[in-house]
Amino acid sequence: MFDKDMLKSILAAYGPSGREQTVSDVIRGYVEPFADEVYNDALGNLIAVKKGTSGKKVMLSAHMDQIGLIVVDIDEKGFLRVSNVGGVNPVISAAREVRFENGTRGVTYFETEKHGVKDTTMPELFVDIGATSREEAEAKVQIGDVAVYATNFVEMGNRISSGALDDRIACAAVVEAFRTMQNVHDVYAVFTVQEEVGLRGAGAAAYAIEPDLNISLDVTGTGDTPKCSRMSVKLGAGATVKVMDSSVIVPPVVRAFLEEAAEENSIRVQPEVLRGGGTDTGAVQRTRSGVLSGCISIPTRYIHSPVETADLADYAAAVQLVCAAVAKKELPHR
Amino acid sequence: MLGRLEALCNLNGASGDEGRVRRYIRDIAKEYADEVWVDTMGNLYAHKKGEGRRVMVCAHMDEVGMIVWGAMDNGLLAYQAGGIDPRVVVSKRVVIGPNEVPGVIGAKAIHLQSEEEFSRALGHSELFIDIGAKDKADALKYVNPGDYVCFTTKWERLGEDRMKAKALDDRVGCAIALELLKNTYACDFYAVFTVQEELGLRGAQAAVYNVKPDVAIALEGTTANDMPQAEGHEHVTKVGGGPAISFMDGATIVKPKMFEALKRAAKEAGIPFQLRQGTRGGTDAGAIHKALSGCIAGGISVPCRYIHSPSSIASIRDFENAYRLADSFLKTKKFDEVL
Repeated sequence: MFDKDMLKSILAAYGPSGREQTVSDVIRGYVEPFADEVYNDALGNLIAVKKGTSGKKVMLSAHMDQIGLIVVDIDEKGFLRVSNVGGVNPVISAAREVRFENGTRGVTYFETEKHGVKDTTMPELFVDIGATSREEAEAKVQIGDVAVYATNFVEMGNRISSGALDDRIACAAVVEAFRTMQNVHDVYAVFTVQEEVGLRGAGAAAYAIEPDLNISLDVTGTGDTPKCSRMSVKLGAGATVKVMDSSVIVPPVVRAFLEEAAEENSIRVQPEVLRGGGTDTGAVQRTRSGVLSGCISIPTRYIHSPVETADLADYAAAVQLVCAAVAKKELPHR
Repeated sequence: MLGRLEALCNLNGASGDEGRVRRYIRDIAKEYADEVWVDTMGNLYAHKKGEGRRVMVCAHMDEVGMIVWGAMDNGLLAYQAGGIDPRVVVSKRVVIGPNEVPGVIGAKAIHLQSEEEFSRALGHSELFIDIGAKDKADALKYVNPGDYVCFTTKWERLGEDRMKAKALDDRVGCAIALELLKNTYACDFYAVFTVQEELGLRGAQAAVYNVKPDVAIALEGTTANDMPQAEGHEHVTKVGGGPAISFMDGATIVKPKMFEALKRAAKEAGIPFQLRQGTRGGTDAGAIHKALSGCIAGGISVPCRYIHSPSSIASIRDFENAYRLADSFLKTKKFDEVL
């Protein structure tokens, strides 16, 4: 039904915050044949435009960047010291396979002298790239280079796992929608940069585009795993229509617009209140004199780990909901 | 440039009270710039008109400081501080308000401290400024709630290559930006002296809308943690190791092209440099690069030990080389290579 190879190649692309060019190039390849115009802005946001007939502008946004580990020092034995790019948990990052932009592979571990892994802090984490000296390490990796989890795409029935679902699965959903949608409005599909370090890219894109409506697509947490913190969202129960997260309160008119689009097209959706974590939705909302901004999320377990897990039925629902929204003649308004 | 740095460091200008620093810079900047003006927040702009890219260098005028919030019955002043470790203020001399009324920050004498008090650091709320007033009414004759408080440390050369001062963060940047204004570069050039950086990059957030730069460089004083107990990967920067080029801090990820261009600017001119090997803290570049529809921003910093304290230490050569590095970047039109 949808293009799984496209999804897999977008998930596989290297792209921590500030280093999104590879992801941008991969996505560009998929959207270019369907777009009237494709360009990168000064920050690196990728923008694909598909004209409509209404004269209104709808921005879709999904972030290309993933969390990572940036090299801050290389010691004389060739070990790399790192700092987090975005919300990286040092305990989850210990004993992992990682990779760099140039293909260099490595594994992470932690200083064991003082305590066990559960108390590991970021300065105690290091990366072993198989080098035996600083010179050997510097031949492969420079200070300022960024590693990401080197996880594979795992299929578990209709569910998938990968280290980059946040937010590549939503990038793929926007690409999928962009290729098939019958849009009434001008659609600006914006693949944003640097969301994980504080929603830095989306606002700049929105400033230039001045959309009448923004719909962000992101992943959201779930409350359906053993003894997790409570949340109503479940995997496999549909895409979500965001009510609020720590960056945004979605205007009721935007929620109603998305819920109506879902209902009219029999798309499964669930409401979402995310207590911890912000999304581009909030950055776009506060651009210029304010933008009506909402968000469709794909429920995802184990976010910010190498094994983020989602259900392809929810992915499909998100794609359908985007298509339904951009085909609706009447946009929400104040 | 060093003489100006001395003068700048000796001026008092806590966040929100940058007037003295601004007046000093304005008088010099107007000799070199085509136009100089101040916006409603207090940011100072010096514009040298030119063709091509709009390039902005910026440095913040404010230093970390304290503010009086009231006088106690016995004449001592209660204060609040931003970005200052309470452990560094005890027994320091300060000046207060527009008339620079002298005072000291006192703490209970060692004889009187309980074991518990002796074993922990006092917080700002337990410390008071003593201006010698006999009671509240007397104190309020000299100072008002809302008056700013600054340290009195004077700039001084230490050893062959080092200097000691308060406010090196970011008067080093101000002095460098002023020096750059003397030159002519192949771009539309702005030197911007911002306010309230220490409170969260507040001035730069407004300034960027007035300049709309294509490329920006934040000139800063930054942390040096080259202390005996710190391991190599914890140093961030080392005093005397050359100006520091940033790849990432808490507010900006520098575009790789910009990071590379700054390194090239140093190498081509034979300027020693180091990388800023830490990712915390932020500079005005953070507010600038994501404003409007986005621009390219990077940073050059002078390493400072004991930053945000009454006495920081920096290397004079690092300071001079930071200027040379910025000049090399601008002279060789690296701003054309980073977009």
